[in-house]
Amino acid sequence: MDILRYTEQHNDFRQRLRNFLAEEVKPYSDQWEKDHIVPREIWNKMGKNGFLCTSVSKEYGGLGGDFLYSAIVCEEMAATGQTGLAAPLHSDVVVPYLDEYGSVELKKKYLPGCVSGEVVTAVAMTEPGAGSDLSSLQTTAIEDGDEVVISGSKTFISNGILCDIVIVAAKDPAVQDPYQALSLYVVEAGTPGFDKGKQLEKMGWHSQDTAELFFNNCRIPKTNLLGEKGYGFLMLMGKLQQERLVCSMGALYGAEVCLKQIVAYCKTKKDGTGKPLSKSQAVQFALVEMAADIKIGRTFVDKLIADHIEKKDIKTETSMAKFWTTEMTNRVLGKSLEIMGEDGMVEANLIPRGWRDARVTSIFAGTNEIMKFIISKLMQL
Amino acid sequence: MFEFDKSQQQIQKAVKAFAKGEFDKEQIQEFEKNREYPIQIWKKAAELGFIGIHYPEQFSGANLGIFENVIVAEELCRKDSSMGITITMAGYASECILRFGSDELKSKYLPKIAEGESLSGGAFIEPDSNSDLCRIFTTAVKKGDSWVINGKKTFVLNGSSADFYIVLCQTDPNASIPINGTSLILVDAKTDGLSTADQGTKLGTNMMSMTDLKFENVKVPVTNLIGEEGKGYDNVQKFFTESRILFAAQAIGTAQGAYERALEYIKGREQFNRPIAAFQSVRHKIADMCIKIESAKLLTYESAQRFDNGKLDPKFSALTKIAATNAAMEVTNEAVQLLGGYGYMTEYEIEHFYRDAKVLQIREGNFTVLKDIIANTTIGKLK
Repeated sequence: MDILRYTEQHNDFRQRLRNFLAEEVKPYSDQWEKDHIVPREIWNKMGKNGFLCTSVSKEYGGLGGDFLYSAIVCEEMAATGQTGLAAPLHSDVVVPYLDEYGSVELKKKYLPGCVSGEVVTAVAMTEPGAGSDLSSLQTTAIEDGDEVVISGSKTFISNGILCDIVIVAAKDPAVQDPYQALSLYVVEAGTPGFDKGKQLEKMGWHSQDTAELFFNNCRIPKTNLLGEKGYGFLMLMGKLQQERLVCSMGALYGAEVCLKQIVAYCKTKKDGTGKPLSKSQAVQFALVEMAADIKIGRTFVDKLIADHIEKKDIKTETSMAKFWTTEMTNRVLGKSLEIMGEDGMVEANLIPRGWRDARVTSIFAGTNEIMKFIISKLMQL
Repeated sequence: MFEFDKSQQQIQKAVKAFAKGEFDKEQIQEFEKNREYPIQIWKKAAELGFIGIHYPEQFSGANLGIFENVIVAEELCRKDSSMGITITMAGYASECILRFGSDELKSKYLPKIAEGESLSGGAFIEPDSNSDLCRIFTTAVKKGDSWVINGKKTFVLNGSSADFYIVLCQTDPNASIPINGTSLILVDAKTDGLSTADQGTKLGTNMMSMTDLKFENVKVPVTNLIGEEGKGYDNVQKFFTESRILFAAQAIGTAQGAYERALEYIKGREQFNRPIAAFQSVRHKIADMCIKIESAKLLTYESAQRFDNGKLDPKFSALTKIAATNAAMEVTNEAVQLLGGYGYMTEYEIEHFYRDAKVLQIREGNFTVLKDIIANTTIGKLK
């Protein structure tokens, strides 16, 4: 019995998306990697065709779909060889903050744009001095009449250059407890005092516009607060289950793409005796281990998707999946390069890029060490 | 127990000072980005005697061993993996001339390498064959006083900047065992009929080029034969036995450099109101890195010493290469992780140590090729 029950609507959606990506994304992914950014219009095209924010309700222009649509988008995007068009980040990580905690006014103002691709989003938690430890955030938000004044720096912000709005975690310096001091605010690009810094150069995700963001007495309306003041930490925690699940899905789907490529490679590439590499027992066993890793990962992640759709509390399991799947995908990509030998050095082949891209997955959205730390707490150790 | 003698300590100190003085982080990142060869630094390294240290003095070397070469490579890569690898590879495959070549070839080509006038490239692998080199399609036919070469080679490091190449050719197409019909031939880069094609960006060390070579009726003097005719494959394998030690040396330097950067970072980085170096999981990562680095170093030094004593076999060289490059891969991987987001950023250097470690691990014998060598030597070939 399949763990995930896709309906005909789901399958049609997948086929439409697949066709779209084959035409509008895949042919350009190499260029975008070189450009170190994706064209802004591709977000609009994705939105216009209904592939962004599938979970947003129809009232705001969305599909009102279940999480299986998110899974489909995540899975199909994994095969595009680019990371700049980070649809799962926008649709399933950032926009849900707005969708769940935003006021009706904020939702009316921004959600239709998030769905249509006119509004690209980012979330700004990490700071130069605060990564794993959210209690050490330094960015401040001080109320001043009808406005809130935000000051501070954020770093490693995905979609940092192209974003039109950013959800910023900032603290009220008057509140002692660092967790209760934290609130989330929506800041529009172009607001005076909000500057996008330079794009950061990194090992992989070359088409992804990761950047620093600077807030210098940036004044926003008080109504741009998400949820209640002082609930920032709890809201972040509340959304982490889905974020970790999305990371696990991305890691797993990436490994699956790699396995397909490396199996095809091993069947065609010949060794010194003229036999395909896939006839070497060492290679066979390595491929079998990868396939087994992926099957195990697939079963676990599919189950978590099903549980998540049923709104079960799977914080422990998604944290486990996050560290396990991201280590697994790095294992699969790394071993693939070892099998390829010299061919693995050539960037024109896709697996080296995948290997560089995969490396960040065990770091972002909470390092794997933080996952283990959280799980140890949840296990009451 | 490996204790460096006085002269070795001095070499280590000198290389360290050179790397500290000449390697500039920003400049290295520019070289990498622009895929530009670091000409000045390479020339200076040669001037100071760090290239061809294992050549005899008459060929501008220091008459020292591979052990000293290992010390140089390790220290260079420790300061920067990409720059270190690039300089270490400046005279790549020139050992084929040194070990098997005629006196004429040695005096003509080796001093140029040691003096920083020439770069060399090893042209062994072919697009249609595997890195085990069991099938060679590039042919060299003797016509009068010349070899006439036709064929293609790939993965030639220094490909576009080398002044000459060491080329593995099939010289006897009728040899009952094909590898026994192969020979090594030196080809000057400027020879008519020889062309190069860039292989594009690679996973690491992009300041050093990598190209395909195409030979179309390339004519070189018969005296450009390196070693005996028919011994090409054997000699390349002997060369690999030597060069794999140097790969191991680059790997331990790369590992050491990444480790030192991570160690410094964790002491300074505070999260949860204490340095992350205070967390046991972080401390044990450091312990694991130490275990891997120290084990790999011992093997690498042992290999080098065995080579210098004329006792290094392909098995020990192969297992050293696997152990050292795996260690480098694992250590640089943990270093990236310890730096978190910074570990992924170009500015913090470790990400390129990680990529370079992968290249060291997968080239010149990946795990299947090397483990076959080890197993064949240990068990023998069985059907």
